[in-house]
Amino acid sequence: MSILVGSDTRVVTQGITGEYGRMHTLACREYGTNVVAGVTPGRGGQDVEGIPVYDTMAEAREKAGANCTMIFVPAAFAADAVEEAADAGIELIVCITEGIPALDEARMKQAVTAAGARMIGPNCPGVISPGSNCKVGIMPGFIHSAGKIGVVSRSGTLTYEAVWQLTELGLGQTTCLGIGGDPVIGTTHIDAIKLFQEDDETEAILMIGEIGGTAEEEAAAFIKDHVDKPVVGFVAGRTAPPGKRMGHAGAIIAGGKGTAIEKMEAMRAAGIAVAESPAELGSTMAEALAARA
Amino acid sequence: MKLHEFQAKERFRAFGLPTPHGIVVEDAEGAKAAFAELGGELAVVKAQIHAGGRGKAGGVKLVRSADEAHEAAEGMLGKPLITKQNAPDGTIVRKVLVEEGLPIAKEYYAAVTLDRRLEVPVLMVSSEGGMDIEEVAEKTPELILREPIDPVQGLPDFRARRACFGLGVPKAQQRAFGAVLKGLAQAFLADDASLVEVNPLVTTTDDRVICLDGKMSIDDNALFRHKGLEAMRDEGEEDPTEVRARKAGLSYVNLDGNIGCLVNGAGLAMATMDIIKLHGGEPANFLDVGGSASTEQVTTAFKIILEDPAVKGILVNIFGGIMRCDVVAQGVVDATKALGLEAPLVVRLHGTNMEQGREILENSGLKIIPADNMRDAAQKIVEAAQ
Repeated sequence: MSILVGSDTRVVTQGITGEYGRMHTLACREYGTNVVAGVTPGRGGQDVEGIPVYDTMAEAREKAGANCTMIFVPAAFAADAVEEAADAGIELIVCITEGIPALDEARMKQAVTAAGARMIGPNCPGVISPGSNCKVGIMPGFIHSAGKIGVVSRSGTLTYEAVWQLTELGLGQTTCLGIGGDPVIGTTHIDAIKLFQEDDETEAILMIGEIGGTAEEEAAAFIKDHVDKPVVGFVAGRTAPPGKRMGHAGAIIAGGKGTAIEKMEAMRAAGIAVAESPAELGSTMAEALAARA
Repeated sequence: MKLHEFQAKERFRAFGLPTPHGIVVEDAEGAKAAFAELGGELAVVKAQIHAGGRGKAGGVKLVRSADEAHEAAEGMLGKPLITKQNAPDGTIVRKVLVEEGLPIAKEYYAAVTLDRRLEVPVLMVSSEGGMDIEEVAEKTPELILREPIDPVQGLPDFRARRACFGLGVPKAQQRAFGAVLKGLAQAFLADDASLVEVNPLVTTTDDRVICLDGKMSIDDNALFRHKGLEAMRDEGEEDPTEVRARKAGLSYVNLDGNIGCLVNGAGLAMATMDIIKLHGGEPANFLDVGGSASTEQVTTAFKIILEDPAVKGILVNIFGGIMRCDVVAQGVVDATKALGLEAPLVVRLHGTNMEQGREILENSGLKIIPADNMRDAAQKIVEAAQ
């Protein structure tokens, strides 16, 4: 098994007729994802390379049986798209869109929670389960391989780097997800780690954090009490200056809090094997697995 | 995006929040006239710069006559004000705010910011007004009260009341105080702020509640729907290189080291800085070219990195997913030729079309040092930059 997405996942793309939405939807389908629909208001009745386009998410849900959405609409319309998906009863909402106002994100999170749905992102690469050839996001499929490691990260390309290092060492993955670098996100490190702990197929977890907020500390505390699988951690940004936003809206050391050093210490205290260097993500995992065997 | 105090107070008044009467001036004569116009016996001259800690740095002066206002303004305008937040160079003061003095009864602290744990905005109030709030949070956290704010509805009445009771606001001032707290929440939501802060929020001996100070930052991601606020941007307060980078769609932060970096993705860009440091070097910048870098963008990024005279070498670290390595490689070659780049350049390309990318670099005839992975790249650039 994998977590979040797998062979039962039926994907609709919100914003499928945009250049970016179209390109990534087709790349997902090529990887093996079951893409059943697209939604662009006003384009209902058209199709994108054989994928039917609907005006509303309710139609995509009813007529195409979509249970997962991948959102590419521009930032100004993203909150509305998420609310429409939640209202339509979509279970998993993967929001790729970046640059969304923080207050919109807070409103999105409330809507998703109220509907009992789950959101990944926003401002994230998405989620992939290589074993079931299911990719819902913008990550390059070919760097992944099927296996037993669960990967959760706030970053995009740093996740690719981590996954590639694992794949090169023959350490395949159950599911890899990027949870996004914004201050308010749908699925947190703890949420993902909980799912990996419960997943029989996942044997070890790689978590990648970055400066800002306290999500890594909270995840570390959770791991200490509830996770018996080996966990490897890394935190990006130990050279980042305080008070400066490092690309991601949530990557900022505020009032002296949220430093990489604090987060790494919290991880170590929880028994997590912390990689000192981003070049050692794969090898630290290999060592952690060997130590357990 | 940060606002100046006088701009924040302009926004406060738009939401019905009481502020002192004040006049913004750009020269000492103006300050003199402003004192006369305010008509009181006491006024305050306040330097308008973004950095906090102005009071202790001499950027806030009490004056008792028009001549004193003139003198105070003259002492600030056109000169750098160095506070603990903008040290060591300080910021040149271009404007001062001349405000009426008030009969202050008590000073409080009030702020609204996004609580990342609760995932909603939160109102923070304290009876310890006028103090450094981070110090209060550190030493006496029980003196800071928090009330969550609904991102749609704002601050409910009962929470505003509870904050007033918690602070021990006298009965005669409670209505006005509660209204100010609700107004601050409203300003935060309506203007898509990332911070609204009033320190101090004062009560007067005649039971008025007034925002004596005002600080406001707007969420950069929301500026598209606040054109009026965007117009309040003061580029003179920003790092000129960071301004140019922002306009080119690049995310750039200047650092103290000598190894420039060009990376795709914020997390990988931070990790690249970290690994340079781990191998004994010092990163000169954070630079994220984003998801799709054209030749023009790579050229602009190189130009921006090279504007920093400390840069002794550049490391390009690209993990191509959507971004194709051959496109990046061509961009690097074109930019290197166009700029006549002489500093050592280490390029690590991985991911989509990486073989084609490496070939382009090899066949370019340029002295580009290829690297196989992040460790190799860091070692090579640190050595080359020495």
